[in-house]
Amino acid sequence: FQVGLLVSVKRFFLFLFEIRVKPDKSGVVTDGVKHSMNPFCEIAVEEAVKLKEKKLIKEVVAVSCGPQQAQETIRTALAMGADRGIHVQVAGKDYENLGPLQVSKIMAALAKKEEAQLVILGKQAIDDDCNQTGQMTAALLDWPQGTFASEVSFEGDKLKVVREIDGGLETITINTPAVVTADLRLNTPRYATLPNIMKAKKKKIAIMKPEDLGVDITSRVEVLRVDEPPQREAGVKVETVQDLVGKLKDSGLV
Amino acid sequence: LIYAKSLFSDLLSFCCCFFFLQKSVVDGVLPSFRSVCGEDGVSLSEAIREQHGKDESVHKCCPPDVVVFPRSVDEVSALAKICHMHCLPIIPFGTGTGLEGGVGAMKGGVCFSLRNMDQVLDLHVEDFDVTVEPGVTRKALNSYLRDTGLWFPVDPGADASLCGMAATSASGTNAVRYGTMRENIMNLEVVLADGTIINTAGKGRRPRKTSAGYNLTNLFVGSEGTLGIITKTTLRLYGIPEAVVSAVCSFPSVQAAVDSTVQILQSGVPIARIEFLDDVMIDACNRFSSLSYPVTPTLFLEFHGSERSLEEQVNTSEEITQCNGGSDFQWAKDEETRSRLWKARHDAWYAALALRPGCKAYATDVCVPLSMLPQIIVETKEDLIANKLTGPIAGHVGDGNFHCLMVLDPNDPDELQRVHLFTERLARRALAMSGTCTGEHGVGLGKRALLVEEMGAQAIQVMQSLKETLDPKNLMNPGKVLQ
Repeated sequence: FQVGLLVSVKRFFLFLFEIRVKPDKSGVVTDGVKHSMNPFCEIAVEEAVKLKEKKLIKEVVAVSCGPQQAQETIRTALAMGADRGIHVQVAGKDYENLGPLQVSKIMAALAKKEEAQLVILGKQAIDDDCNQTGQMTAALLDWPQGTFASEVSFEGDKLKVVREIDGGLETITINTPAVVTADLRLNTPRYATLPNIMKAKKKKIAIMKPEDLGVDITSRVEVLRVDEPPQREAGVKVETVQDLVGKLKDSGLV
Repeated sequence: LIYAKSLFSDLLSFCCCFFFLQKSVVDGVLPSFRSVCGEDGVSLSEAIREQHGKDESVHKCCPPDVVVFPRSVDEVSALAKICHMHCLPIIPFGTGTGLEGGVGAMKGGVCFSLRNMDQVLDLHVEDFDVTVEPGVTRKALNSYLRDTGLWFPVDPGADASLCGMAATSASGTNAVRYGTMRENIMNLEVVLADGTIINTAGKGRRPRKTSAGYNLTNLFVGSEGTLGIITKTTLRLYGIPEAVVSAVCSFPSVQAAVDSTVQILQSGVPIARIEFLDDVMIDACNRFSSLSYPVTPTLFLEFHGSERSLEEQVNTSEEITQCNGGSDFQWAKDEETRSRLWKARHDAWYAALALRPGCKAYATDVCVPLSMLPQIIVETKEDLIANKLTGPIAGHVGDGNFHCLMVLDPNDPDELQRVHLFTERLARRALAMSGTCTGEHGVGLGKRALLVEEMGAQAIQVMQSLKETLDPKNLMNPGKVLQ
């Protein structure tokens, strides 16, 4: 049973770095900040590559939507073991307004075009925490979805997915073709090694535009303002329990 | 007697005067400090000072008078000039993860917390080098490097500041293949006690080797903040191993385990990690993690390389262990099984602590030539039993370096004393076997006398002269390394 697989990867700040809001509150400062692949996307790529190593998948295609630098992220996916890449060019203002709905339209169009049997994404991106793209993609394709996956396996031509939910773990069986989103405990992504990075340079990345896929990326969402969380203020020490209760009452908390 | 008493009270009041005087000097320079690193770059709060007066050792907290947070090497230099002018002690602080009390402000003074200087500068992927500031820790650097295929392999247990690791000449479990900090630092930027900024190998220089001048870089590596403040370090990077295999093997005796280690090294296997756990430690780990290793000396091995070379490395090593009476040789390639095999080694510290809940642990740290390892471990175990001490042993056996994890009740002065005497005997035992009293943790507060025994009076005199030349007022981390 050998299928083709699309894995979506997104580029954002390396998770270590502090995020600062731009002075005009229109967004976050991106200049000079080290970028890397979204951690959940790394887990998705790792799972795709693992499935290929187990010979359950024929080919892994890594897809990213964004400006020129998105190719760096695709190259990392190629170095981890993806076979080829697709870069959907979206730049400038269009990229700033690119949201889950537009990306899922692009993924759906690509899934049809590539005749993929499986689409894997990270469960959410650490810039917007939307957690929508996988679900929207499945809806657009009318495919079943296994989201928040902490375990994925094939059972015949169906997919068994163990999902992390609030109450614990839920195991479902879904038909293929399907969409899966990767959660934290699905696997530990491998580091790209130098020999693999060198090999990845020779792998192909196809470049296309959203129009080529017949997708309109106009956004219906407008970001009005971005604010930092309120600064933490110094605490106040009180002498007695009575003082404490008094202060709690004053601030309306009691 | 009366004379002695009055002398003593004179001394006491002198000390009080001294500290009181110093405190008022500090108060006097606070405005200058603030003008250098900003209002929130200077802290007098008790909590912050205590935080910066202790590390992960058993030494008591010795808070400084004030903590400053410079943001650049120019600020460090300006602050150092002020301290120099007013004779205030300077204590550099990275992550506070040291194990020998190196950050205690024995004479009060100014703690320079360098955590705000946290940039990774100048990465050169093709040259395998990177320069980092003191606020960058080793795990942060390796995360930063993840997409490049490179890593910095020196891995002490803690997520320590790389410049701090340079200051203590740190090492880790894979030193046997990749070396310690001494072998992997190409250049340092250092601020001296009087504020002078130097680059030990020349500004911005990063050749892979050099014969130019005195080796200043390695003078400062391991100086534990007593010669200068390290504000940048240029590190040697390595390619992330293509594949990793981990293995475990049990042995009938310590000798058999060490013999296997020596033979593996002699056969040219570029082994990445070779860790030793004694029977007491294995027993602790079995109980702590519900494992079932045979309770006998055990080696944990790790191999790095290409898929094909790994097969050869593992086969050669397995044969050697079998020749030495090793049994239950297991190995694994995938991440999950490897973690399971090495679980005992990873949990060792906690397993040791769990032997006696409510107690603290202190790790001894000696290093001897490989051939001496069986003898010193056997004698040490006898010493532990004779003195009724809890001290499971874990060691980087490929380097001849081992740690007794002394589990002790901090409220029992008798046990504290017995542990203290034990560690001195252990250090002297290592010295008697041509070894060192500290393989990786540094001298800090507790091993100054042992350093003198190890080096001999003449070498110590040279060290003392260097210290006096670079820091004539003895402001740099006073009371550490040298007496």
